[in-house]
Amino acid sequence: MPTYRRTTAVALAAAASSALLLSACTGSNDAGAGDDPNARTTLTFWHGWSAPSEVAAIEANIKTFEDKHPDIKVKVVKGITDEKLNQGLRTGGSSAPDVVSSFTTDSVGRFCSSRALTDLGPFLDTSGIDPATTFLPQMARYTEHDGTRCTVPLLGDAYGLYYNKTAFKEAGITAPPKTLSEFDAAVKKLTKAKGDGFERLGFMPLYLGYETTVEHYGGQFGVTYVDAGGKSNTAGDPAVKAMFTWQKKLVDDLGGYQKLNRFRTSLGDEWGAKHPFHTGQVAMQLDGEWRGKMATDAELDFEIGAAPFPVPDDRAADYGKGYLSGTVLGIASNSPRKNAAWELVKYLSTDTDAVVSFANAIHNVPSTMAALKSPKLNNDPLYRTFVDIAQHPESSHAPSSVNGGAFLLTLQDHAIAYEKGAEKDLDALLKKNDAQVDKDNEQAG
Amino acid sequence: MTTVPVPSAALRARRRRSALRTLGFLSPWLVGFSVFFAYPLIATVYFSFMKYDGFTAPSWVGLKNWAYVFQDNPFFWPALRNTLWLVLVMVTCRVVFGLGIGVLITRIRTGAGFFRTLFYLPYLAPPVAATVSFVFLLNPGTGPVNTILAAIGLGEPDWFNDPGWSKPSLTLLALWCIGDLMVIFMASLLDVPKEQYEAAELDGASAWQRFRFVTLPNISPIVLFAVITGVIATMQYYTEPLVAAKVASGVIGGSGQHFEPGYPDKSTLTVPQVVYNLGFQRFDTGAACVVALVLFVLAMVFTVFLMRRRSGFMSPED
Repeated sequence: MPTYRRTTAVALAAAASSALLLSACTGSNDAGAGDDPNARTTLTFWHGWSAPSEVAAIEANIKTFEDKHPDIKVKVVKGITDEKLNQGLRTGGSSAPDVVSSFTTDSVGRFCSSRALTDLGPFLDTSGIDPATTFLPQMARYTEHDGTRCTVPLLGDAYGLYYNKTAFKEAGITAPPKTLSEFDAAVKKLTKAKGDGFERLGFMPLYLGYETTVEHYGGQFGVTYVDAGGKSNTAGDPAVKAMFTWQKKLVDDLGGYQKLNRFRTSLGDEWGAKHPFHTGQVAMQLDGEWRGKMATDAELDFEIGAAPFPVPDDRAADYGKGYLSGTVLGIASNSPRKNAAWELVKYLSTDTDAVVSFANAIHNVPSTMAALKSPKLNNDPLYRTFVDIAQHPESSHAPSSVNGGAFLLTLQDHAIAYEKGAEKDLDALLKKNDAQVDKDNEQAG
Repeated sequence: MTTVPVPSAALRARRRRSALRTLGFLSPWLVGFSVFFAYPLIATVYFSFMKYDGFTAPSWVGLKNWAYVFQDNPFFWPALRNTLWLVLVMVTCRVVFGLGIGVLITRIRTGAGFFRTLFYLPYLAPPVAATVSFVFLLNPGTGPVNTILAAIGLGEPDWFNDPGWSKPSLTLLALWCIGDLMVIFMASLLDVPKEQYEAAELDGASAWQRFRFVTLPNISPIVLFAVITGVIATMQYYTEPLVAAKVASGVIGGSGQHFEPGYPDKSTLTVPQVVYNLGFQRFDTGAACVVALVLFVLAMVFTVFLMRRRSGFMSPED
């Protein structure tokens, strides 16, 4: 090979490898991440909030971001559901989002494995942000899948128990229950019959009773869902059986599925003023931190309290924990403005003032350690109960899955069949559940 | 030896011009057919053999998607059974009820305008609003329908919350929104020649005989039209069962909530819902294409069957 050709080849190889290395170092290993974050540009940000106060809060944060980054304008699109989000991420184009937020933490596994969202690992490295120490550890975990971090937490949700203090006094209950046996006793004391139904129900245990989903109960029982090999393990996990058995017994003790379901269908909707906890039709409610604000805004004529949801009697030492979830932020893989998009994601998710002000405004739990310690954080005792639940070391989230939340939906379907009494052999039911989840995961993987 | 006459150059040019003119007139249809039917159909067949999530390049998986849909997908068979039930029962009820209302309204002498408006109005309601209203009307605990049934001592079904009642409830909803079919039947009934009724009356035909041997033969093409369009629309039935299931289950939205498709017990799940679930919620375009193809084949089979049976409905003049 002539010398000049060899020199050219070496130079080209060096240039190519340098480009590769540099791009890896600057978080630009995805196609199109070579944009200048300081260039004049307009980002499109899709989010799911739709209530006027929530929209105003996020837009106030965006305004502050734009003031700090005068070359970046942000076009905000509100009220985006996950269905719209999926389509926007797939189709791309000039009106597609650069930055997206989703309320559905269960979808993170699907977002990461399909590469719908960009791997944020290199961006975090470049910015010197360690997710494990920046974010609440549990929230840092549920925003990645199999080592790929395609999202970061924005704000979190923690689940606990709301209770009607006035009804408690009337029933002679002096403190919120800590174990499930105490809880079951309180439910029965608080329940008042009326004809074939209820004047007041102590607690609505059905799996479609708003937030009484399998994973929210499962957090209290320490359900793991999968084995070490990643296979569905509900039949092999004693916590699942304990959860199913406890819930079914409570349903039966309160009169059975039919009676409870008929009462359930007569109740007001979860997001309206006629929520049965607001109307006094149920005395205790498993719910997230937002319920405290909604109940306060509804100006109830009784006093309410909040506490962690009880734990099984043999796990009494874990009392204080709860299920965690929240909003996640990511950058669309097909965005041509990833570096600018990262500036927005970094600001919204890690700037302490931004996180605290947004958490205070929409009554969600902050997702960063710094924001949780901030003196500016809301001091309302109801709210603080959930901030404490979020920081409990045993609080948890269901594992991420290549098939999103499909495994939880499958388990919930089987749980509903069990609570109804349509399925009686629990072991066989859980084996059937594992087989279905594994087949669905194999198809999705 | 015979010789084949060779067309002259002028004749060939005339034929070519004629062919080009024909193609020119056909081109809008050809473009529409290719873009909106042929290409999507070929692409659907192609993707049914591929693993494709919409983000990464498709890869060949052979019959894996087909096996998954037919053997392992928990929604496909219940959805197919429900769709077939709705095609048979709901379409029949809609045609019979629409025709019955049409006959009654054309016979009413006073207040016909009022009743026409009354029966047509629900059709104008957007499907989501109509379904939400209907679910509230049929709420087992607080709905006025069950309150009335209880007051007169009849049973109180759980309607959309009972798998045995959910599809009949959807059928009632479809009957409530019968306005479109009623108008079509009314137009065809008013078109039946009066002299045929007069002749039948002179022959001593009863009301039923006049309907059976005069009305029905005259409006049979419209009945066939109603059946075929009803079958195709029911094959695509999506919004009403989805909204009814969501509202009745109480899972309207919110973080951490899981909606049970087809609530209760998959009884309101339809095939288009499965296509959407697989394609747009689970990112499984390949399996969604398989289900879409099954739906396409079923719609074709029903339509061909009905068209072949049209001789029983239509006279040669039709």
